Amino acid sequence: MSLAQPESIEDLKARNKALIKEVLEVYPEKTAKRRAKHLGTFEDGKPDCGVKSNIKSIPGVMTIRGCAYAGSKGVVWGPIKDMIHISHGPVGCGQYSWASRRNYYIGVTGIDTFGTMQFTSDFQEKDIVFGGDKKLAKLIDEIQELFPLNKGISVQSECPIGLIGDDIEAVSKAKTKEYNGHTIVPVRCEGFRGVSQSLGHHLANDAIRDWVFDKMEGKPALFESTPYDVAIIGDYNIGGDAWSSRILLEEMGLRVVAQWSGDGTIAELEATPRAKLNVLHCYRSMNYISRHMEEKYGVPWVEYNFFGPSKIEESLRKIASHFDDKIKEGAERVIAKYRPLMDAVIAKYRPRLEGKKVMLFVGGLRPRHVIGAYEDLGMEIVGTGYEFGHNDDYQRTTHYVKDGTLIYDDVTGYEFEKFVEKIQPDLVGSGIKEKYVFQKMGVPFRQMHSWDYSGPYHGYDGFAIFARDMDMAINSPVWKFAKAPWAA
Amino acid sequence: MPQNADNVLDHFNLFRQPEYLEMFEKKKKEFENHHPDAEVERVREWAKTKEYQEKNFAREALTVNPAKACQPLGAVFASLGFEQTIPFVHGSQGCVAYYRSHFSRHFKEPTSCVSSSMTEDAAVFGGLNNMIDGLANTYNMYKPKMISVSTTCMAEVIGDDLNAFIKTSKEKGSVPADYDVPFAHTPAFVGSHVTGYDNVMKGIVEHFWNGKAGTAPKLERVPNNSINFIGGFDGYVVGNIREVKRIFDSMGVEYTIFGDPSDVWDTPTDGEFRMYDGGTKLEDAANAINAKATFSMQHFSTEKTLPLIAASGQETYSFHHPIGVRATDEFLMKVSEVTGKPISKELTRERGRLVDAIADSSAHLHGKRFAIYGDPDLCYGLAAFLMELGAEPITVLASNGGKLWEEKMNALFASSPFGKNCTAYPGKDLWHMRSLLFTEPVDFLIGNTYGKYLERDTGTPLIRIGFPVFDRHHYHRYPVWGYQGGLNVLVWLLDKVFDEIDRNTNVVAKSDYSFDIIR
Repeated sequence: MSLAQPESIEDLKARNKALIKEVLEVYPEKTAKRRAKHLGTFEDGKPDCGVKSNIKSIPGVMTIRGCAYAGSKGVVWGPIKDMIHISHGPVGCGQYSWASRRNYYIGVTGIDTFGTMQFTSDFQEKDIVFGGDKKLAKLIDEIQELFPLNKGISVQSECPIGLIGDDIEAVSKAKTKEYNGHTIVPVRCEGFRGVSQSLGHHLANDAIRDWVFDKMEGKPALFESTPYDVAIIGDYNIGGDAWSSRILLEEMGLRVVAQWSGDGTIAELEATPRAKLNVLHCYRSMNYISRHMEEKYGVPWVEYNFFGPSKIEESLRKIASHFDDKIKEGAERVIAKYRPLMDAVIAKYRPRLEGKKVMLFVGGLRPRHVIGAYEDLGMEIVGTGYEFGHNDDYQRTTHYVKDGTLIYDDVTGYEFEKFVEKIQPDLVGSGIKEKYVFQKMGVPFRQMHSWDYSGPYHGYDGFAIFARDMDMAINSPVWKFAKAPWAA
Repeated sequence: MPQNADNVLDHFNLFRQPEYLEMFEKKKKEFENHHPDAEVERVREWAKTKEYQEKNFAREALTVNPAKACQPLGAVFASLGFEQTIPFVHGSQGCVAYYRSHFSRHFKEPTSCVSSSMTEDAAVFGGLNNMIDGLANTYNMYKPKMISVSTTCMAEVIGDDLNAFIKTSKEKGSVPADYDVPFAHTPAFVGSHVTGYDNVMKGIVEHFWNGKAGTAPKLERVPNNSINFIGGFDGYVVGNIREVKRIFDSMGVEYTIFGDPSDVWDTPTDGEFRMYDGGTKLEDAANAINAKATFSMQHFSTEKTLPLIAASGQETYSFHHPIGVRATDEFLMKVSEVTGKPISKELTRERGRLVDAIADSSAHLHGKRFAIYGDPDLCYGLAAFLMELGAEPITVLASNGGKLWEEKMNALFASSPFGKNCTAYPGKDLWHMRSLLFTEPVDFLIGNTYGKYLERDTGTPLIRIGFPVFDRHHYHRYPVWGYQGGLNVLVWLLDKVFDEIDRNTNVVAKSDYSFDIIR
């Protein structure tokens, strides 16, 4: 039985089992026991993928995960373009997360929008010793003076803040008062909290609830409501994803009143409780606030998936089902309008990609969400896993993966290399830290966090780019040169 | 519908199509509650003024777009310079994801590094168990020859004691008792990435020469005629270290590159991933105590390391990232003097070729005004080279430069008429630089990738030299040290100068009489 080409589902499952056993052999016993719970094979008919998740990473194993700060500042808050987000603490965190997530936006940077800027309190030893609250207060004054058009400020805590006992809430409240109700949001997203980025998303969501929603009672509405008002939740506009999504929703007759949070504004956040429906792309990072809006404001929410024509079509109909015939017809019209483009894209690329095997390891929603797009191109997902998924993600994944798919949660560098080495996929989709590892091995790779600086990948317009990029990766002539002709 | 299968539009072009432009306009108008365009314009103009600059320079608490990173990044850089070594960062795990991403974006290479993944419970009880488990796991999985430990700010704030933790971990059998685990405390709230590099290098010297944290006898120095070379934190490390080796080989110098990540950040694509490649051999790191002298290419990367080395009885010499003719002359003459090896004919020829290239091209650089920012030593080296070319480094800014750096810069400016109008700005950031570019315009800006925002906002053409460079590929493979390195930098400067001249002379029937084919 070849490891890379199992004959049957039983062979495949046996191979996975052997493979998992093999990678676990390298660990000390205690670690092997713990990691074993995170590795498995999807069995048809099971309610989840049979792995544990959202548990502390093990020291020293090279986890791919980030931290709560990355989840709050880097993901949720950072893209809100007309606010200033302070990386509160030492200089590094803000530096490494500076403009690297490609959250596209339109605005005059430095004047009325601030997305690709790095604001930090650059903590020094004296700030650690004497506390940073005075510095934060002064810093907010300086922001107000030098960036008068900012629409709000968020304080993104780095590790030391919680450890030295600073009271950023008190500073935020005092300054809000001083600046006539100016939105100032303290977020306790210190990197040591929780087990991954995931808690940072949750904390960021809670901060929106407590410091934006709860403080805007009585603010006048900016616009007249219509029955067709929706908000895009959980699209970070990486490479313009939210835009290539928004255009479809508008084309079917809906009115998009807010984007969370790619190319988003504080006004859009504040408007969202008045939407008729929240459409949620990244369930992992924004289900919390969606649930809150449903409970408190009665705004229902629906998950959707705009990767690849099959899922887009399904999602457009699902979203339309919450509205009247006008919108349902609109959805059909949009589907029909783009079908020729999709047919052309598939006709062009599918023959070049048919049967190719893919292994994924990504964050958020992508370990499941992108599977349909690959399958639209005739490709097969043979392994997938979440950087920081929870059990509800693994439940949702069952609707996407095939019997026998290898599943790895919070995979370690070592495990991922071994799996790829043995399974020999035609493509790996993961992040920047993994990209060059697999390319050295001669395995084509696409970054599935940043779209490898391409994109958008969402929506119909995005699928054309996605298909072209996967073809570029797999069918690049470069891989033929990996072995020198004279090398054995 | 703008998109089509035969000519797939990327984000560059897709969003300029009328459907999208209309959508953006509508979104802005109806939902963004934006400031009136005239108000945005007014503030935009105000932010270019002297008045704004004064307010900007009065900042005491806020830092905007700094040109520096934190100690632990430099710590990882330093650790990766040793044979089969894994950097082990004690503290929160997200930091390590950031360092690895940051380096991989610059070098376009994998960067291996582990974390002890400390969380809330470790914040309360300390991270000893994370260290015990972490060292055992790293040792078993990745089979390194050495694990080099540094810290994040979290571990520093709670006060974890690395020396004690490593001892305890060894007692618990995480790694063998005689296994090399050098360590350094690298608090992110002190200094910058350059400081972190220095601390780890000092820790590694301390470890190998001074008895491996009490587990081995201190080494007795038996002087020989070799020299040690320390490059410092350097974005061009791949090209530079190889160039330095070539230079030493051509002179017949016996040397140890102390800290050499040039191979691990430049492995081939041939079907195999090498987690480890090259690096300073551990026995060479120990034997380096016997060298006659240690040369540091970047003074500020080795402010603590060199004194420790000097304490062993060696001579120590430091430079400021030498670039160009005179700085390279001084470096080579010192190497020659210390080792007794004459500067080779080959190098003398190369020197003449660099002088030749400068003579051919200096008319295009003479009198041009430059702004530079970056690490302190790099700024110094570039400023000195510009002055050598007859250009003026009007504004030189180092977010992580201090008083000593400022004094050295002022001495450099005073050494030449081309330094007369120049000012050094220690501890300032790129938002300060933005003001300066408006109020004291220059012809060109030299800096890292983040300078592209300054180029966009102020119209000052950016020449990318520094770290990180994310949006151009493979610069790091070229040396900037040695005469060959000087030639590379010269070409990068000239390319931008000529591109600008062409850009300014390409309007048909308006300015294209100057669109010359010979420059």
